[in-house]
Amino acid sequence: MNPSISIKAPLLSVTELSVSYTHRSVFNGVSFDLYPQERLALVGANGAGKSTLLRTLIGLNNQFQGQIVGFGQRCRQEREFQQLRKKVGFLFQDSDDQLFCPTVLEDVAFGPLNLGLSADAAQRKALQVLASLGMIEFADRITYRLSGGEKRMIALATVLAMEPEVLLLDEPTNGLDESAQQRLLAHLDGLSQAMIVVSHDRSVLERLATRAVLLEGGQLTKAVMHRHPHEHLHVHAEDRIAAGIHEQEHR
Amino acid sequence: MLASQLQAQHHLSRFSLSDPRVNILAAGIFALVAVLLTQWPALMLLLGLALLFNVMAGTRWRSVIKRLLAFETFMLLLVLMLPFSMPGETWFRLFGLSATIEGASQALTILLRANAVVLALLALLAIREPVSLGYGAAALGFPAKLIHLFMMTVRYIQVLGDEFQRLRNAMKARAFEPASNWHTWRSYGWLMGMLLVRSMERAQRIVDAMRCRGFDGSLYLRSQLLWRKSDSLLLLGLSLLALVPLVWQQFLE
Repeated sequence: MNPSISIKAPLLSVTELSVSYTHRSVFNGVSFDLYPQERLALVGANGAGKSTLLRTLIGLNNQFQGQIVGFGQRCRQEREFQQLRKKVGFLFQDSDDQLFCPTVLEDVAFGPLNLGLSADAAQRKALQVLASLGMIEFADRITYRLSGGEKRMIALATVLAMEPEVLLLDEPTNGLDESAQQRLLAHLDGLSQAMIVVSHDRSVLERLATRAVLLEGGQLTKAVMHRHPHEHLHVHAEDRIAAGIHEQEHR
Repeated sequence: MLASQLQAQHHLSRFSLSDPRVNILAAGIFALVAVLLTQWPALMLLLGLALLFNVMAGTRWRSVIKRLLAFETFMLLLVLMLPFSMPGETWFRLFGLSATIEGASQALTILLRANAVVLALLALLAIREPVSLGYGAAALGFPAKLIHLFMMTVRYIQVLGDEFQRLRNAMKARAFEPASNWHTWRSYGWLMGMLLVRSMERAQRIVDAMRCRGFDGSLYLRSQLLWRKSDSLLLLGLSLLALVPLVWQQFLE
């Protein structure tokens, strides 16, 4: 056994976690660990409670039973979750929920300011993260005028600006077109953080996930990811087919 | 959005390039003068000035008139009600109610005053990017809570509007046509209720997202306003223009 692996402690550790709303149980007795460099795919049908699980993990839903340990610290109260949220970044499904400041730069600098950075340092940090995502020219743009793909990239920047050690991604490619998806995935794939990814998109899981768990019937089970060759549909402009240049569009 | 709709695309006037504080202060002075004016000739002059501001701002008449019409429906109610509700010398009688001269003259004064102010606000404030007005108000020392409320409103009114439009389209797609019947009112009630519920849920998600980024109650604005000499001159010019009707009124009395 490799000793460097055996001494690794889990970043997040969940034991016997249960959430129920009024009468209905959402999930029951869920346990899993997330280790450094792991990218865990959380799979399940609509309404299986995937988003609820993510929200509960970082204390946005305080109606839960069970144990959540983040970075060796048991989290029960808001104060403890506040510390956890500084290290765990959450990319929301709808970027309109995440971007609330007038301009992009202010939004990206919001997290660093909350971490206690000075205004100048926060702005430098924000610009640096925007540059690393290739979005530097958007710094002074107004957030509500951005396209869906741009909003998602900026939302990612707002999360990364806090230098989280874990990323929770809730349907990261939801509502994005093909090129915006590829762009986002390329950036996510280049990140070193451990991740939990909720997605129905096969290409997302194929590109990012290292292992998978399935949330089904309120229970979490280990899942196996396997590939099989499949056919899929491509759409090209008619004249490109005629000119025989559509093959270049396959990447 | 609103700002770009009001102004001709090719035309960027000095009203939209100045420091937003100039626009806010000039609009404030104009409104103050409007309140102090009581004589019709002076109010007419003020209305003329408001039109002049619109010419200077390069607003598009079509959209100015559209907005004014929406406003006039409010005013219509006032003009119809006021002559009958103020005591004074009888002007004429209708269905046993007497309209008074005092009431009518009061209605006309309010009509002139309100139109002048609305036109001036269109020329001075509505052509600006809403966000830059927020920065301007913050720099003028408006309370931080008010500024953030304003900025959040600017940010999310579009999102809410889109949601409303989506729901409306979904209704239309199922052959809904508004009429004056119970079905229409009930459907609109549901539409509004759904919008309200969705807004509440969105507000909850926004707060969650803010908490995820360590929100602890303080918000920050990065102000990069720069007051130039031309801004002082513009403000001085606009203020002097706005004061002319007031001086003239003193002269009339």
